[in-house]
Amino acid sequence: MYSEKVMDHFTNPRNVGEIENASGVGTVGNAKCGDIMRIYLDIDEDTKVIKDCKFKTFGCGAAVATSSMATELVMGKTIYEALEVTNKAVMEALDGLPPVKVHCSLLAEEAIHAALWDYAQNHGIVIEGLSEPKADIHEGEEENEE
Amino acid sequence: MSKLIYLDNAATTAVRPEVFEAMKPHFLEEYANPSSVYTFAQHSARAVENARSQIADMLHAKTSEIYFTAGGSESDNWAIKAIADLKKEKGKHIITSKIEHHAVLHTCEYLEKQGYEVTYLNVDENGLISLEELKASIRPDTILISIMFANNEIGTIEPIAEIGKIAKEHNIIFHTDAVQAFAHVPIDVEEMNIDALSASGHKFNGPKGIGFLYLRSNIRIQPLIHGGAQERGKRAGTINTPGIVGMGKAAELAQKEMDSRIEKETQVRDYLIQKIRDNIPYVKLNGDEQKRLPNNVNFSFRFVEGEALLLMLDRAGICGSSGSACTSGSLDPSHVLLAIGLPHEIAHGSLRLTLSEETTKEDADYVVEQLQTIIEKLRSMSPLYEDFVKGEQKNV
Repeated sequence: MYSEKVMDHFTNPRNVGEIENASGVGTVGNAKCGDIMRIYLDIDEDTKVIKDCKFKTFGCGAAVATSSMATELVMGKTIYEALEVTNKAVMEALDGLPPVKVHCSLLAEEAIHAALWDYAQNHGIVIEGLSEPKADIHEGEEENEE
Repeated sequence: MSKLIYLDNAATTAVRPEVFEAMKPHFLEEYANPSSVYTFAQHSARAVENARSQIADMLHAKTSEIYFTAGGSESDNWAIKAIADLKKEKGKHIITSKIEHHAVLHTCEYLEKQGYEVTYLNVDENGLISLEELKASIRPDTILISIMFANNEIGTIEPIAEIGKIAKEHNIIFHTDAVQAFAHVPIDVEEMNIDALSASGHKFNGPKGIGFLYLRSNIRIQPLIHGGAQERGKRAGTINTPGIVGMGKAAELAQKEMDSRIEKETQVRDYLIQKIRDNIPYVKLNGDEQKRLPNNVNFSFRFVEGEALLLMLDRAGICGSSGSACTSGSLDPSHVLLAIGLPHEIAHGSLRLTLSEETTKEDADYVVEQLQTIIEKLRSMSPLYEDFVKGEQKNV
């Protein structure tokens, strides 16, 4: 069902964890659908290069693997280059995903964008081509708890 | 071969060697079509009728009330559609539950499109229907009650005898999908007032592709397949002699060993349940503690997603199943887990382990040991767990 690369990134995910005082944090997805991704970015103030990137994901094998791959793809890139990392690039780097799992790669792209948006908000800058991410996951969660 | 601990016996079981041996001659030597006249064919015909008697005896039914089919889904489809058709002059209302197998649910949805009305009974947090709600749902035009004997995901055993009594009092036909229960727990169609019952061979160490429908003799439904006179003219097509013989043998063995098997499986089941509770935090047993199939364990592990859990277990040689959306091929987690009131994120983190009589306490020890490591790893990656821990720290 999954390619070897997906299984590799699922079983040995790269860059799992948190970054304290991260430059930007983005969380996308919701527990209702079974996928939540959170990406932490540490960005160099001057060069705008992503020095470090970590993730945490609640989700299936593909959700974990796409998060892991997305962190690898943006690491060392400038924020402008990172914006160019699409879900397609993530999928290709993983040697493909089953059709029902394509949404996981979209989620990975959204998570990167959400973290970049958070960075831009924190620093009062505008990153061209970046729009506000979809509503925060916690709204959905609270509904569930009631 | 590397380690394999198969804990998905609700999905399918291994054919027992005795069953395979009983089937073998019917492929190689006694291959005649049992419908033929010559003596050679009569050997096959007798073997088929022996299997029918075996199954009928087990249920306290008559042999003429057992129809062989290709499996549980076929039996469910046939029973529900044919009974609906038979009784359409009396009414078009059917009562079932929200936690039925899709073979029942989708058949009922199909009938809704054909102008029938269906009441889907709720279940409580353990998966049990309410007899009061059942009684309150009965109308003058109710023609069929179809409630599963035991649930395939959470193992809850429904109050079948009580349902049968209510159905009989109201002169309504009672069908039960007993695919998970037949040959696992005692069933008596007379005592329990069951009018129709579906079962499947491969769920009790018989072969795949064979099942049966028990149908009380006073209910005269239309044939499922038109053609030859097989199965009293109700289901045409050359008789699957090896399949039927295999299922008959599996039923015979199950009947002989039922008490000891129930005792053994229940012991290992309860041991595994306790051990998971003792060793892994933030877990919830799904299904009723007591009214439960002897081989069913179903837990939700908070902050963890089911497919990821299954993939990790697979690497440790453990086969299980989950009710998460990712394993169902839809966006929603299992309808059964939602019906017992689990929030989506907890339903996504469910794991079903279904034992066989071969499963040992040592297997259970190994599974819990692996589960501990896997759950810890997945939680360490989970943003839900991170938020939970930070919330806890704030509250201290």
